Amino acid sequence: MTLVGGRSDETEAVPRSPRPPGGGKRVIDIANLSLTFMTADGPVHALSNIDLAIEEGEFVSLIGPSGCGKTTLLRVIADLETPSQGTISVNGESPQEARLKRAYGYVFQAPALYPWRSIAQNIALPLEIMGYSRAERAARVKKGLDLVNLQGFEKKFPWQLSGGMQQRASIARALSFDPTLLLMDEPFGALDEIVRDKLNEQLLRLWDKTGKTVVFVTHSIPEAVFLSTKVVVMSPRPGQIHDVIECKLSRERTLDIRETPAFLDLAHRVRQGLREGHSYVD
Amino acid sequence: MLPPRAGELSAHPTEGARPAMTMTSMVRRVWQSQATAVLVIALAIVILWYGGSIVMNAQLQRDAFENADQKDYTSAQFIAGTLNMERPKLPAPHQIVRELDKTVLQIDPSSKRSLVYHGIVTLQATLLGFSIGSILGVLLAVLVVHAASLDKGLMPWIVASQAIPIIALAPMIVVILNQFEVTGIVPKAVISAYLSFFPVTVGMVKGLRSPDPLQLDLMRTYSASRPETLFKLRLPASVPFLFASLKVAVAASLVGAIVAEVTKSEDGGLGARLLAGSYYGQTVQIWAALIAAAICACVLIGIVGSLDRVVSRRMGYAR
Repeated sequence: MTLVGGRSDETEAVPRSPRPPGGGKRVIDIANLSLTFMTADGPVHALSNIDLAIEEGEFVSLIGPSGCGKTTLLRVIADLETPSQGTISVNGESPQEARLKRAYGYVFQAPALYPWRSIAQNIALPLEIMGYSRAERAARVKKGLDLVNLQGFEKKFPWQLSGGMQQRASIARALSFDPTLLLMDEPFGALDEIVRDKLNEQLLRLWDKTGKTVVFVTHSIPEAVFLSTKVVVMSPRPGQIHDVIECKLSRERTLDIRETPAFLDLAHRVRQGLREGHSYVD
Repeated sequence: MLPPRAGELSAHPTEGARPAMTMTSMVRRVWQSQATAVLVIALAIVILWYGGSIVMNAQLQRDAFENADQKDYTSAQFIAGTLNMERPKLPAPHQIVRELDKTVLQIDPSSKRSLVYHGIVTLQATLLGFSIGSILGVLLAVLVVHAASLDKGLMPWIVASQAIPIIALAPMIVVILNQFEVTGIVPKAVISAYLSFFPVTVGMVKGLRSPDPLQLDLMRTYSASRPETLFKLRLPASVPFLFASLKVAVAASLVGAIVAEVTKSEDGGLGARLLAGSYYGQTVQIWAALIAAAICACVLIGIVGSLDRVVSRRMGYAR
């Protein structure tokens, strides 16, 4: 089971984008952003005074307990929610303009595959909407299936696949139109730890190979530290950013790195940040 | 695997002795038990029917014997009499079967005395009405789902339309359409469509709203237009709802066509047959037409059901 396709010549062909720390292009710029939901029980402050900058090629994890607004923040970036105040730009434009230009691929908590479409047709869905030709669609679907190692499953319906395979298909779908920005909302949250470990490693290879910018929501500390260049620790009531921790682990890291002191130190700092943000208080 | 029940054991003495049941033997047993259930119920209905015929026609038969001045008759003669009257209150099943045999199989289908002829007339109006009603039903549902104002403004009228008894409305539809020189099959199809669009609209509104928020959000992330969301998400998601509605609608179409034929009987059809039967007190003829209508309904629902199964399998809904 690999998320990154097999042939080595293909791997070589993809140029590694240079990622000088802190010197890249700003992909996401958020300043003083707040979002309040009006509910029957009064206003809920989902996000409060969020400042965050994400540069091209970064892998940024948003971590925090349930209700800290991490999913809401991702949805604001995707223009699925509208902030109450503050500014946000995606690729230098408003989130709406970026969405209309199909700037990002979004992976949801659940695979959200359409049950009446085969796996290949599900991966082709965005391509159909974006008006790719039939031949181009077929080529990209094949590439996507190779990428997430689902060759031979293209004619299957979603219910015939395991949860992990379904989520891989949904990742292939998000990548099918080659967006430079990938927004992932707890994509592996519903999977068991063994499958999650494998997919984490494969996602890391994919990111390293393609140079995409990834914003990744999680509530797993090891997952966040393992994957990210930057871990954003959020705290609840109201949802705000408590700390931003830079992770300068080697790009060619494997799961073994989790036992190294450097990794454990970063994990400790994330946990401390969560504790300071009262994440462990009932 | 459940142990075989006592009743099944006696029916299949060898089954219980086998250590493991094969797939085919299990399928066969389920089928057999279902066939048994169907037979038992059918038999119970026939017995009740015969009993009903005897009781319902008893007074008529007593009068008949009295008029013929026949005083000493046996119970067997009496019962035989009640089950073979020319104009019984409730005809016995075998009388209806004989009438069906005569009017379906014996008489030339092109004759106006053939039930096949009338059945075809009714089915034509039914199918035309069903097609109009289904298309109208889907279109209305699409409008209602896409415009909040129509949901508020149109839905009450759609519901109200079904509160009016069709038997009161049917003659008016015929008269009004006649004013515009619309005659023949069309007024009957309109009445049939009037009854059948409603279940389709209600079912499709539910079906078009059935996609979950994630599936809808996904379309938004692709900045899909509303027609794209309709054709690629809402319509495919509503297919199971559509078929459930169509099964109700096709039966309603048949009822609509028959009611229309009672109003507008000059072209024939099962409804006209019912009307003529009640006019001349031909209860056997009425019941034969009713049974024919019921068979038509079963066949139509069966066709929609088969279509449902084929489409479900192709769309991956059937597992």
